[in-house]
Amino acid sequence: MNTAKFLTLATAVAILVFAATHWYGIDYLFFAGYTILQFVVLATAWNILGGYCGYVNFGSAAFFALGAYSSVFMHKIYPLPVPALMLVGAAVSGVVGFGMGYLTLRLRGSFFAIATLALAVVLQTLVVNWDFVGGSRGAYIIRPETIEIAGFQINYIEYLFALMLALAVIALTTARTIERSQLGFGFATIRDDEMAAEASGVPTLRLKLIATTLSGAFMGMAGAPFPYYIGYLQPASAFGLEYAVNSIAMPMIGGTTSWIGPLVGSLLLGTAQQYATAYISLGTGVNVLIVGVLLIVFVIIAPNGIVGLVQERLRARRRP
Amino acid sequence: MTALLHVDNIGKRFGGFVALDGIELEVQPGERLGLIGPNGSGKSTLVNCICGTLQNETGKVHFNGSVIDGLAAHQRTHRGLARSFQLPRPFHSMTLADNLRIPLLYTVHARKGPLRSAGDLDARCHELLDMFGLAQKAKQMPRDLTQVEMRKLELARAMAAEPKLLIADESMAGLSHSEIEDILTLLVRLNERGITIILIEHIMSAVMSFSQRLAVLVSGRKVADGKPKDVVRDPEVVRAYLGQ
Repeated sequence: MNTAKFLTLATAVAILVFAATHWYGIDYLFFAGYTILQFVVLATAWNILGGYCGYVNFGSAAFFALGAYSSVFMHKIYPLPVPALMLVGAAVSGVVGFGMGYLTLRLRGSFFAIATLALAVVLQTLVVNWDFVGGSRGAYIIRPETIEIAGFQINYIEYLFALMLALAVIALTTARTIERSQLGFGFATIRDDEMAAEASGVPTLRLKLIATTLSGAFMGMAGAPFPYYIGYLQPASAFGLEYAVNSIAMPMIGGTTSWIGPLVGSLLLGTAQQYATAYISLGTGVNVLIVGVLLIVFVIIAPNGIVGLVQERLRARRRP
Repeated sequence: MTALLHVDNIGKRFGGFVALDGIELEVQPGERLGLIGPNGSGKSTLVNCICGTLQNETGKVHFNGSVIDGLAAHQRTHRGLARSFQLPRPFHSMTLADNLRIPLLYTVHARKGPLRSAGDLDARCHELLDMFGLAQKAKQMPRDLTQVEMRKLELARAMAAEPKLLIADESMAGLSHSEIEDILTLLVRLNERGITIILIEHIMSAVMSFSQRLAVLVSGRKVADGKPKDVVRDPEVVRAYLGQ
């Protein structure tokens, strides 16, 4: 299936999902769906760097928060429609992603992971001390009840849900296209053996920068509508542990070698977390607890994630 | 005739340890050069400096008429320098065919404009696999290979970049006699196609039968360079290998 066909199919699925949710007609479904889709985008974005290139980024929350805070910043100086804010968020987080890639180009493995973690701490400290965007107090953004598009009054949360759905389609299509392109092959050589990649003529530094930029940009885009969704943005929630942990755990549990992995992982974990939030009242830590336990289980029994597990089964069946 | 590769007085230190100390080396187009030396004499460091994995601190490396100092390894590969690694470093998540596809995509493709189609690319992959006797295993993963096949894959991947100069870094270590013959035949065949080859090797019978010229490194210095049978009688070389 080529990219155009995939995009059409994915769009069709997205429209169906939207129609079904709309038909069901409960606002809560949009709130929950938005969060799950946001994780689809974050997991897919993380996987471009972490899965394809093998560089584990612990700073996903920072890129997400940058997107969210650039929206707060724009809201104060020049309010823009949310799709435009997503582009601003993409630009800001993309630039920071590029910078991170450039600064850490000599670091690999756990050293790279620690550097990304440090980046998150630095950025959070910066935001906490930056009064203009609310500092440690946080910032309020009053979400309008509805938005008018082409004469229709649309429920604002439906609008945000639709935007996140569109972003998920774009992110998945991008990831899938990369996977099958020369770029994807190049990313895989970086994951396998950087020295051999260079010897084969792969410009590893340039490719790494493309990956950190793209990955950062998508995370920023996922974060940009967040202040409108949540209504009150504070550093502790934007830089929350759950973003960093989920962005890693979802692709790991789904499988990191293909675009399907992060999708499966985020749908599964995202839904489980929403369910837990709604039906099990064990306090706020329960979400991260679920993720932690599942991650440990998968690392032990299925290190290649669900997709890897299915592939193994299929291969075993073919070779009796 | 101008040299294809001219290593001009290069030096490299690791902290206080002098790994390369003013190495001079010329390789003519089409030549088969053997490079030997005891363990730790700087052979691999020299290869790494030529190929851009390490950067030499003093001196210059000329390749094909231009200075290549400061260029990244992949840029040197684009210019026609290829190497195989001492310990095979295959792309372990890819099939053999895909392993060869990488240099085709990133080097040959970049050099001459697009390889016409996916079909051309496949054809070239299989031609190479065939040449190295790996055609049956095109769809297998590197982990399924034997030691000698792994070495062949390493050479095939270097050759896929269509180099002018191939540096084979100990591609026969640990192989049996017949396997060594196998690899030697391959290397000679490549040389007959016009590819200049530097062979780094400890197995003297292989080096002696392959090389037209032999250079010897000892403790980061070149102590001998000339016809193989003269070089092995050189007193300094004998001393380095056998002790005084």
